[in-house]
Amino acid sequence: METINVKINGVEYAVPKGSTVLEAAKAAKIDIPTLCYLKDINEIGACRLCLVEVSEGGRPFRLVTACVYPVTEGMEVLTNTPKINKSRKTNLELLLSNHDRQCLSCVRSTTCELQKLCLEYGVDENKFAGVKNEYKIDRSTPIIRDNNKCILCRRCVAACQKVQGIGVIGANDRGFDTHIGSIFEQTLSETSCINCGQCIVACPVGALYERDDTDKVLDAIADPNKHVLICTAPSVRAQIGECFGYEPGTDCEGKMVAALKRLGFDGVYDMNLTADLTIMEEATEFLGRVKNGGALPMITSCSPGWIKYCEHYYPEFTENLSTCKSPQQMFGAIAKTYYAEKMGWKPEDIFFVSAIPCTAKKFEVGRPGQSAAGVPDVDVAITTREVGRMIAKAGIDFRSLADEAFDDPFAFGSGAGAIFGATGGVMEAALRTAAEVIENKPLEKLDFTEVRGVEGVKTASYKLGDITLNVAVASGTANAKKVLDAVKAGKLDVQFIEIMACPGGCVNGGGQPIQPAVVRMNTDLRAVRAAVLYNDDVNCDVRKSHENSAVKKLYDEFFGEPNSHKAHEILHTHYVKRGL
Amino acid sequence: MKKNLTTVMFRGTKAQEEQLYAVIDEYRDTPGALMPVLQKAQDIYGYLPYEVQRMIALRMGISMEEVYGVATFYSQFVLNPKGDVAIAVCLGTACYVKGSGEILDKITQILGLPSGSTTSDGKYSLEATRCIGACGLAPVLTINNEVYGRLVPSDMEGILAKYK
Repeated sequence: METINVKINGVEYAVPKGSTVLEAAKAAKIDIPTLCYLKDINEIGACRLCLVEVSEGGRPFRLVTACVYPVTEGMEVLTNTPKINKSRKTNLELLLSNHDRQCLSCVRSTTCELQKLCLEYGVDENKFAGVKNEYKIDRSTPIIRDNNKCILCRRCVAACQKVQGIGVIGANDRGFDTHIGSIFEQTLSETSCINCGQCIVACPVGALYERDDTDKVLDAIADPNKHVLICTAPSVRAQIGECFGYEPGTDCEGKMVAALKRLGFDGVYDMNLTADLTIMEEATEFLGRVKNGGALPMITSCSPGWIKYCEHYYPEFTENLSTCKSPQQMFGAIAKTYYAEKMGWKPEDIFFVSAIPCTAKKFEVGRPGQSAAGVPDVDVAITTREVGRMIAKAGIDFRSLADEAFDDPFAFGSGAGAIFGATGGVMEAALRTAAEVIENKPLEKLDFTEVRGVEGVKTASYKLGDITLNVAVASGTANAKKVLDAVKAGKLDVQFIEIMACPGGCVNGGGQPIQPAVVRMNTDLRAVRAAVLYNDDVNCDVRKSHENSAVKKLYDEFFGEPNSHKAHEILHTHYVKRGL
Repeated sequence: MKKNLTTVMFRGTKAQEEQLYAVIDEYRDTPGALMPVLQKAQDIYGYLPYEVQRMIALRMGISMEEVYGVATFYSQFVLNPKGDVAIAVCLGTACYVKGSGEILDKITQILGLPSGSTTSDGKYSLEATRCIGACGLAPVLTINNEVYGRLVPSDMEGILAKYK
């Protein structure tokens, strides 16, 4: 790698050629403050918090924005001078002059990047008191937009436009009237927003957040007539620790279960189990389509953000979607049919909660075709962040809890179910089961490593018995677009496609604990959290969905066999062609 | 400036649509084509309502919000057409000190029409302009191509009555 020499705060460093000053400063172990910067996604020099002084070719020092300014040979950089600090402070004061400073009850208080910088720079919040813009808060979707808190960094716009390829939000109007909004000031519910929540995760302040449904859950727990059950998605265990100060990539399954039990849930279950159930249904459906000439390529249906994306942008592909409900919806459905019957409960007396790293799941619970027992399969879906908030508010000392295990009869998921939370995981889990069904003998090698990893698009080809199976995996809807366009153009010949709406899959979902830009710059959250799931897989005695005894029991006692009439009624759904 | 949303109903014709698509197709491989496409679309329709912006976005394969963001950034683009009776009140310095602000308020009061907008039937539009170079007549306004000068608010009822 070609390097060039720069002097940062008087010390010489060799840094990669083409680095920005911000990246070069990492060599000097200095984090330059930023607000609008998001690595690889939004590098636009808009907030002017990353101001540093540089001198090139012996010319006098001048202020530049570190996030977009490239280093040159012999450049001298100063990152901490009175002039820099004064400039940064003034810029913060200007940002605050048009910011709704209701910090006490703000959902981002203590995780707000603006608040942190104001504290560090000792900012006088009333320095530029004057006219303030007032905006109506958009509460039309599970994603709430409060422009009164917006600092116009455009990180959400970049996430929506560039990362997801959707672009339902952008900057409208001009000058002091500039604000983030949608075409003709539509609410998000009127647009083709897919509720993925990547905008929330990108936001440095409290301008974007999920609808908080925790009070509904707490009210249900307090109701003696309700059986309140919760299941946790595969990736929640890989994220929840971050709400309590653990490093990203810490597996907190045991503590999470212990905390949920202390919150008063009557049953705490593992969604890995219905991930396995999904595989049973989906692999069977896939083999059926191959055999009977159904719509191919078949595309996975676990990710409700992807489903809505497909319905809006590729309605011609809705027949290709697997009709399987997502693992969350399957869980609610079996709780209110199979389990209600077994326990002699009325379905309406069950309050089913799902804990998920996802904001689109809040939309999914209200979709038609998701009420197997005549009442919604899932009553409330809460994000990892909300789970963390509930635990903290209840005064539960998460870090001191001893590990506890999920409750029977839904305590166990296989390793194949565990990896659902990472991009490629559903494909790998399905391949493990499909391969054994086709070859009718135990697999020699369980790892389908070609479909693992954080790349946006992965393709692989497998020979299973007499069948050559071509597959594609995409995460992030901009990558989904690439795959679907290639299929449409006849350039990609695959029979099975896994698509997750969020880049990297659920581990990087819109409901994950929010990490500031500086952490995102230094850590690939997708990879470290996915590692937790692959570790769970390797350490699991059962690594194939069809060998999960709890799933077998469900078929023996209730469904008969995968894709049976009963399974279709309870575990499958339908889609709509929304268009644009 | 914050732009007023479209109030005038869209009455685009098939011919206009074909004209618009021809323009977009002409710019298919040109980078940065959105600006000229919007300009020509405004020439065709007289304004850029939702329906037109949607057609542009879908045909160009870009997001609707991207089109709207550009349309609301530049003052040359309008979300409302000029009315059959297009009233423009000069708010240049000379007119302003001679009371053109009060003239503008009076018109708003008579027509119930805020500055920068068009009545929903498309009949009247009202805008404030910069200096139109007729300072000797201050305060001055134009209605279509007619110029009215040395105005006082009480003149307005009579002038507008001519355009009923």
